Amino acid sequence: MEFFSALWEHPFLQHALIGGLLASIGCGVIGSYVVVKRIGFLAGGISHSVLGGMGAAFFLGMSPLGGALVAAVVAALLIGWVRLTWHEQEDTLIGALWAVGMAIGILFISKTPGYSVSLMSYLFGNILMVNPADIWMMAGIDLLILLTVALCYQQFLAVSFDEEFARLRGVPVTFFYLLLLCMVAVTVVLLIQVVGLILVIALLTLPAAIAAHYVRSLGKMMLLATLLGALFTVLGLGISYAPDLPAGATIILVAGTSYLVSLLFTTARKRRELRRQLLRAMQ
Amino acid sequence: MSAPSVVSLRNVSFSYGGPRVLDGVNLEVEEHEFLGIVGPNAGGKSTLLKLMLGLLEPLRGEVRILGEPPQRSRTQVGYVPQYPQFSRDFPITVEQTVMMGRLGMSGLFGNYRRRDRAVARQAMAETEVLDLAARQLCTLSGGQLQRVLVARALACEPRILMLDEPTANIDMRVETEIFDLLKRFNKRMTIIVVSHDIGFISGYVNRVACLNRTLICHHTAAIDGDTIRSLYDADVKMVEHRH
Repeated sequence: MEFFSALWEHPFLQHALIGGLLASIGCGVIGSYVVVKRIGFLAGGISHSVLGGMGAAFFLGMSPLGGALVAAVVAALLIGWVRLTWHEQEDTLIGALWAVGMAIGILFISKTPGYSVSLMSYLFGNILMVNPADIWMMAGIDLLILLTVALCYQQFLAVSFDEEFARLRGVPVTFFYLLLLCMVAVTVVLLIQVVGLILVIALLTLPAAIAAHYVRSLGKMMLLATLLGALFTVLGLGISYAPDLPAGATIILVAGTSYLVSLLFTTARKRRELRRQLLRAMQ
Repeated sequence: MSAPSVVSLRNVSFSYGGPRVLDGVNLEVEEHEFLGIVGPNAGGKSTLLKLMLGLLEPLRGEVRILGEPPQRSRTQVGYVPQYPQFSRDFPITVEQTVMMGRLGMSGLFGNYRRRDRAVARQAMAETEVLDLAARQLCTLSGGQLQRVLVARALACEPRILMLDEPTANIDMRVETEIFDLLKRFNKRMTIIVVSHDIGFISGYVNRVACLNRTLICHHTAAIDGDTIRSLYDADVKMVEHRH
C-alpha cells in the first residue's frame, strides 16, 4: 500500500512502472517464441554477450543502450550463424560466445575512467533509473517487435514449428530464423533496464512457460505471457519498495515462484485426470 | 520411353562424410506410378528421399524432379517425414498444422486466403481428420497424427507425394487404412513410399525399388524369396502373390 501512495508522489516510480509494463510486451511476445522453439540457451548467449557492446559503448562515451542494441544484434547473427553452420558444436560455441562477450565488456568497463558502479546496474538492472528517454526507446522497440511479428506471424510460426517442412514449402527459413533471433536480441535490450542482462533470460522464458501451461495457441500464449509479465513486474516493484530490495531480483523471484507453483499445480491436475481416466476405463 | 519421368536419378552417390550410403543409384519414376522403396535399416532409404527433396546434395550424379533440380520443384512435392521435427506439445491445432502445407502458395506475407483454407479442409476431409480440426497436436494418437501429416502434405496439392515410413509406429489396422488412402490419391499423383515392410506394401505398389546402398527395381509380381534374401542377407517372411 505504501508503494501505491509513493507511486502517486514520485515520478521515478511512475517511470519504473511504465518501463516495466513496456518490457512485459516484448517479453510476452518474443518470450513465447523462445519457449516454443526451445532457444532459451541461445537467448542466454545473446543476452550475456551484450555486455561486450555495452562496455565498448561506455568506454567510448556513447549511450550504453545503443551499444547494447548493436551488440545484441551482432551476437544474435553470430549465434544464428553458428547454429546453422556448426550444428554439432552448437552448445560449446554458444557457451564460448557467452563468456567472451562478457569478458570483453568487463575489460572495457575496467579501463573506463571514473565511477564503475554502473556495471552492477547493467548486470542486474535498475528499473528505478528508467527515465523518459528510456521509455520512448522502449516504446519504439515494442512497436518494432509488434510490427515485425504481425507481418511475419505465419513465417515465424512455420519456422518455430518445423524448419524442415517450412524450407520444403519455399519459406526462406534462414532469413526468418535470423530475424527471429534479432527480435530476441532487441527484446533482451528492452529488458536490460528492468532486470539486467543476467536475469533477462528468466523474464524472457518464465511468463511464457507459465502461459504454456494453460493456453493452447501461440497467440493466446503471447497475450497471457504479456499479462503475467506485467503482473510480475508490478508485484516485484511493489514488494521491493518498502524494504528497499533490488527491484530486478525481486521481480525474478516473483516470476520464479509463480512458475514453480504453476508447474506443481498443472502436474497435480494432469495426474488427477489420468487417475480419473484410469478409473473410468476399469469400470 | 513413353511419358517423361517425374523423378530421374542418374548415377547418384552420397555419403555423410564416411562410407558411401548410396552408390551409383539410377531411378526413373513415371507419372502416376506408386513406387515402394524397401531395404534394411541404414540402407539409405531416407537419404534417397532427402536427395529427391533437395534437403541433401548428391556427392556425384544428378537428381531431377519434374525435369528440374529438386530445390526448384519441391513446392510441387508433398512430404511426410518419418520423424517430424516438431515437438508434440507445440501449442498448435490440427487445422493450423495442415495449413502449413499452403505456405508456399499463400500471399506476400504468408497470409492465407480463402482458397488455402478450402484446400486444407479438403485435405483433412480426405484423410478423415476434419472432426479433429480444432484439437491440439498433443492430444492425438499416433495414427491420428500420421493422418494429419498426410493431410499437411496433401494440402500442398502435390504432383508427387513422398512418404518416409508412414506407418512405422502405428498398428496394422491403421496401416491398411493409410495405404488404402494412398491408393486412392495415386489416381491423381505419383506416390513414392519408403518402407521396411516389403510384404505389406507389395499389395499396393506397382513397383518395388530395393535399396541397400545400390538400387534394384522389380515389378511387384517378380519379387520372390531370393530377391529378398539377397537384399536383407537373411530369411524374411514373405507371402507370394500375383496381380
